[in-house]
Amino acid sequence: MYVYDEHDRKMAAERVAQFRDQTQRALAGELEEDEFLPLRLQNGLYIQRLAPMLRICVPYGMLRSVQLHRLARITRDYDKNYAHFTTRQNVQLNWPALENVPDILAELAEVEMHANQTSGNCIRNTTTDQFAGVQADEITDPRPYCEIIRQWSTFHPEFAYLPRKFKVAVNASEKTDRAAIQVHDIGLQIVRNDAGELGFRVHVGGGLGRTPMVAPVIREFLPELDLLTYLEAVLRVYNRYGRRDNKFKARIKILVKALTPEGFAEKVESEWAHIKDSPTRLTPEAIERIQSYFTEPDYAELDNATELLAQQRFENRAFDQWLQHNIDTHKKPGYAIVSLTMKETGTPPGDVTDQQFEQIADLADEYSFGEARVTHHQNVVLADVRQDRLLELWQQLGPMGFGTANLHTLTDIICCPGGDFCALANAKSIPVAEAIQRRFDDLDFLYDLGNIDLNISGCMNACGHHHVGNIGVLGVDKKGQEFYQVSLGGASQHDASIGKILGPSFAQDDMPDVIAKIIDVYVDTRTEEESFLDTYRRVGITPFKERVYA
Amino acid sequence: MPDIIFQDGSIRQNQWVVVFRPESGEPLDIPEQRQVLIPADLWVANRERYAGNENVGVWLDSHDEPETLANHVNELPLIAVNFPKFSDGRGYSIARLLRERFGYKNELRAIGDVLLDQLQFMKRCGFDTYELRPDKDIRKAAKSLNFFSQGYQAATDTDLPLFRRRAS
Repeated sequence: MYVYDEHDRKMAAERVAQFRDQTQRALAGELEEDEFLPLRLQNGLYIQRLAPMLRICVPYGMLRSVQLHRLARITRDYDKNYAHFTTRQNVQLNWPALENVPDILAELAEVEMHANQTSGNCIRNTTTDQFAGVQADEITDPRPYCEIIRQWSTFHPEFAYLPRKFKVAVNASEKTDRAAIQVHDIGLQIVRNDAGELGFRVHVGGGLGRTPMVAPVIREFLPELDLLTYLEAVLRVYNRYGRRDNKFKARIKILVKALTPEGFAEKVESEWAHIKDSPTRLTPEAIERIQSYFTEPDYAELDNATELLAQQRFENRAFDQWLQHNIDTHKKPGYAIVSLTMKETGTPPGDVTDQQFEQIADLADEYSFGEARVTHHQNVVLADVRQDRLLELWQQLGPMGFGTANLHTLTDIICCPGGDFCALANAKSIPVAEAIQRRFDDLDFLYDLGNIDLNISGCMNACGHHHVGNIGVLGVDKKGQEFYQVSLGGASQHDASIGKILGPSFAQDDMPDVIAKIIDVYVDTRTEEESFLDTYRRVGITPFKERVYA
Repeated sequence: MPDIIFQDGSIRQNQWVVVFRPESGEPLDIPEQRQVLIPADLWVANRERYAGNENVGVWLDSHDEPETLANHVNELPLIAVNFPKFSDGRGYSIARLLRERFGYKNELRAIGDVLLDQLQFMKRCGFDTYELRPDKDIRKAAKSLNFFSQGYQAATDTDLPLFRRRAS
């Protein structure tokens, strides 16, 4: 994992001092509310429905145990003993006091963390696959590029006041896309060209929100060393020509659509021609330096523990189910990737207590070289667990609340904080998630249904990524009452698509029944091999509509 | 007229008057005996009259294209870029283009909704004078210009991004 050098440390300290000064001036009335707004947003601070909300950056989802311990302490000292994992691999505090935020930022800086640019109209945290570096099929580890982008985008003097927020995601696997890059402002797919050289396929203009779009490709192959100059060209075109007259039309996707992807690409290429050989062009040494922080941990030379695991699975059915669902294949023999689900029924999806932070830290130290990862699905990954210790690990997870073996199933719900916390929300989202989890409490039935992404957003800002849920739920406000619109067929992987709206919206109490009817149609019409998404794509929306509105 | 902040944080009296765009059909009303900044497109349209006149500079609005000045930038003693609202970030790109692409060497001034907390970004993008909004405390400008001792990126102020400085 990346470790700060003296430059990073100095700038982090200067940033805290700067925000302390800005907060004091705001409290003293020297800064108007609208002048302080972008300053606090770019330090992660929202003013929410009930209290401020502080979004802490977890660069590309990576956390060390010392950082987890510090997060635990911060939730105790400054908040109500819990926090929330977001769909962009970050952590949110729900109840910090404005005047304490500079102190919280100082505590974060001590463990090489920050809340820079986690909000506001600037370049946000760059996200990636939570299995980066440990999966067998990736072209190269994407995290060094994320870190290179993090440094380039941090306090970028030209791009701090963009028309709107700007999100970049990087993916390095050929088969999967856990980072959902095609619904980002820039999605970078790491590829090799015919000559075997490393580079990026560049997608620009994806996004969710009011106008969901899958990002078109604007460059098939961008050589590795040209990464930053090309990003600078894209951002400059956006900064100059993105709409600023209407907040809802200000994202880069609207500009790409207005110019057409070809027209937009042309503008970027002509800007890039001027700057591609500027000093911002990366050097092999600069990339190697960052890569040197992401070397393999000290793995033992092991064989796969196939026989031991077979024996343990035979003796313990619950362990067997957990292995089937929450474990992924590691590139190294004898190791496994473990997903801890933060989706226990009765707990808001992604919520984590101070005690759980400490427990994750201890588990990471004991089983996974002291590191853990936050996922886009609001779960936590221990990436480097020895197979012969999986049973021992699993036995500890149940009491901690991480052992629910529902990864990728219908109840592994992505859910925003919704109307319980968020000032933007039209409707609550957490109680809907919980009601659905309660309705589908039979694990065997869930396993029989297979992988289904159910995503819930409390408003059309789409923090719960409802557009790309196989089943998407969107909270809407109708004359002061909370209703829920359902969409089907969304997907966020390489086959990304935006879901189609089923029909008129539903009352909160009806939601478990609505989901049950949708599931019934799937169960009745699927062929043996079909996932929910496959069936939907084959039969279309009509049979679902007929059953739900019958 | 409000004072002007220089890049080193010093404060001097402003000598330049911004002349706003006249209503269509109206002639440009240039005060006599003063140094003036006129809308850039009007300077371009009358370049033969103004070029080389040390008392006539231009101002660009945030939606204006600095490309219109391109090869003539160094015929101007001063270019100002207007920030209609401090949160409109187009002026940063305009400044970098004037400096880095068109090689502008003379004074580049930020005018309009210029506040303290954006001064260092403006400095990094090539502005060297700043007309702070009059209700802001000009004595705090020097500190705001230098909050960060360095940056990660190359910009107008440095050719060397941190990754190149680390390597040396």
